[in-house]
Amino acid sequence: MKGIAAIAVNVFRESVRDKVLYNLVLFAVLMIGASYLIGQLTAGQDVKVIKDLGLAATSVFGLFIAVFIGIGLVSKEVERRSIYSLLAKPVERWQLVLGKYAGLVLTLFVNISVMALALYVVLAYMRWGVPPLTQQAWDAPALDPALLTSIFLIFVELALVTAIALLFSTFSTPILSAAFTFGLTIVGQYSTDLRNFQDVVESPAAQRLARALYWVLPNLAQFDVKAQVVHGQPVAARYVAVVTLYAALYVGFLLLVSTIVFSRRDFK
Amino acid sequence: MRLALGVAAAALLLVGAARVQAVRDGAFPESNAIDEAIYIASPTALRRLTAGFTALAADVYWIRAIQYYGGTKRRLENQPPSPEPPPALADTSDYRHLYELLDITTSLDPRFDIAYRFGAVFLAEGYPIGPGRPDLAVKLLDKGLRERPDKWQYMEDKGFVYYWYLRDYRRAAETFAGAGDIPGAPNWLKPLAATTLAQGGDRRTSRAMWLSILESADVDWLRKQAEHRLLQLRALDDIDALQARVAAYAARTGERPRDWAVLIRAGLLRGVPRDPAGTPYVLATDGRVRLSGGSPLSPLPTEPVHLAPTS
Repeated sequence: MKGIAAIAVNVFRESVRDKVLYNLVLFAVLMIGASYLIGQLTAGQDVKVIKDLGLAATSVFGLFIAVFIGIGLVSKEVERRSIYSLLAKPVERWQLVLGKYAGLVLTLFVNISVMALALYVVLAYMRWGVPPLTQQAWDAPALDPALLTSIFLIFVELALVTAIALLFSTFSTPILSAAFTFGLTIVGQYSTDLRNFQDVVESPAAQRLARALYWVLPNLAQFDVKAQVVHGQPVAARYVAVVTLYAALYVGFLLLVSTIVFSRRDFK
Repeated sequence: MRLALGVAAAALLLVGAARVQAVRDGAFPESNAIDEAIYIASPTALRRLTAGFTALAADVYWIRAIQYYGGTKRRLENQPPSPEPPPALADTSDYRHLYELLDITTSLDPRFDIAYRFGAVFLAEGYPIGPGRPDLAVKLLDKGLRERPDKWQYMEDKGFVYYWYLRDYRRAAETFAGAGDIPGAPNWLKPLAATTLAQGGDRRTSRAMWLSILESADVDWLRKQAEHRLLQLRALDDIDALQARVAAYAARTGERPRDWAVLIRAGLLRGVPRDPAGTPYVLATDGRVRLSGGSPLSPLPTEPVHLAPTS
């Protein structure tokens, strides 16, 4: 456990050294700029648009971090040949994989937390001075705690994407890993279409194939409750629990496969 | 051993994730409705947005159009049967985005042959098989003809829409004749125009037209459509023949036959008559012969009417 924690902290430190956290500055500039401009353009929908924009930016920035750092987690060590000194230490290969994963999830957690905070600050600013009667017309309050549900599910989704990137990183080059991870992430957003495929095709073989893919490929669309939250519609706690459990099991599967693949690699 | 255990554990985790997903599907079902929104409805805007990839975008929109049409058709087919509303009251809004999708497809790729030809048939088909908009089918084919005036096939399809769906035999004949004038058009188009003008919508002309389509079809789907329509025309012939036997029995005995067994015993039939798809015909209590609702040929097309003599 200590080994995993040490590797995780190192990954986090490395991402700070790599100036990954600079994206937070970009996020802050985007939010502040948007809050000024959008107020002029959106005919009273500024709080909604800022929420949409903030959640979308959190998701996109997080995705870029998950993919572009995730794909280099293992392959970079191999390319730089630092893997030899790492493996010479009293660290098991599975600990290395889990530590790398935990480190990137920690980086994502810090990033997303700061972005969430920035979003709430901008929303508080936008609410400031708005008459209570106008606020009542909004679908949801500006500082709606339910936003955290959406942000939490974005984090869960990104944890899953990180595990995908890490898996590819254990056996492929960074460019190919990025392509595979982005591909799988996009497919994962449309997995509901695979389920509905049986309604538009008649071939039983195609239906079975689509069904099988629906169960095997990661379903990422279920983590998206952004629109629901922004419109003040409730998201059941049980729903959050079930999709989080799904993500935990799927991440477990991906990490186990990553460990198996990485353990069998020959670095001689 | 460790590897086998690891693989087994990974498989178990994946199965577990699938099980949780099944639980979520059951407890929080998502709408099965096909995504009906067309976010960018302007073909011009889409052309600009997809600069350099317009042909690929056209393919994507064509697939969307197929999915939209097929999905809506299947959904309506799976709905419990209800008494057919009069055409004026039929809610055809189920297919409301079909023309838009086809218009976008053909604007992104103006030479998308199949999109014009299949699209026209999709649009023209009567509700619930299609939106019942032959006017839009003609509009789509006219768009194709503006792009490619040399395509006699578009002109033939347009004539076919006038003939089969709009029952406007004069315009159908004019259009078939116009198609026949295009260089490279097959030589049967001119006689088809003449027959259509002379005999209007009789079954023989319909058969001749579908046979021509069957022989000239270059895509499997159109060939199957033609075969299906020819079987339907055969069923219409069968029903006429069976109706004559029912009438003969009634004339002989003074009462209507209750079922086929009565006609078989009377020696008017050898066995229970079946339609060309193999489903037994139905003899209704009022003595009318009709196709079974479960037959793949159902519903039969409305019987064409003869063209009023021209002055």
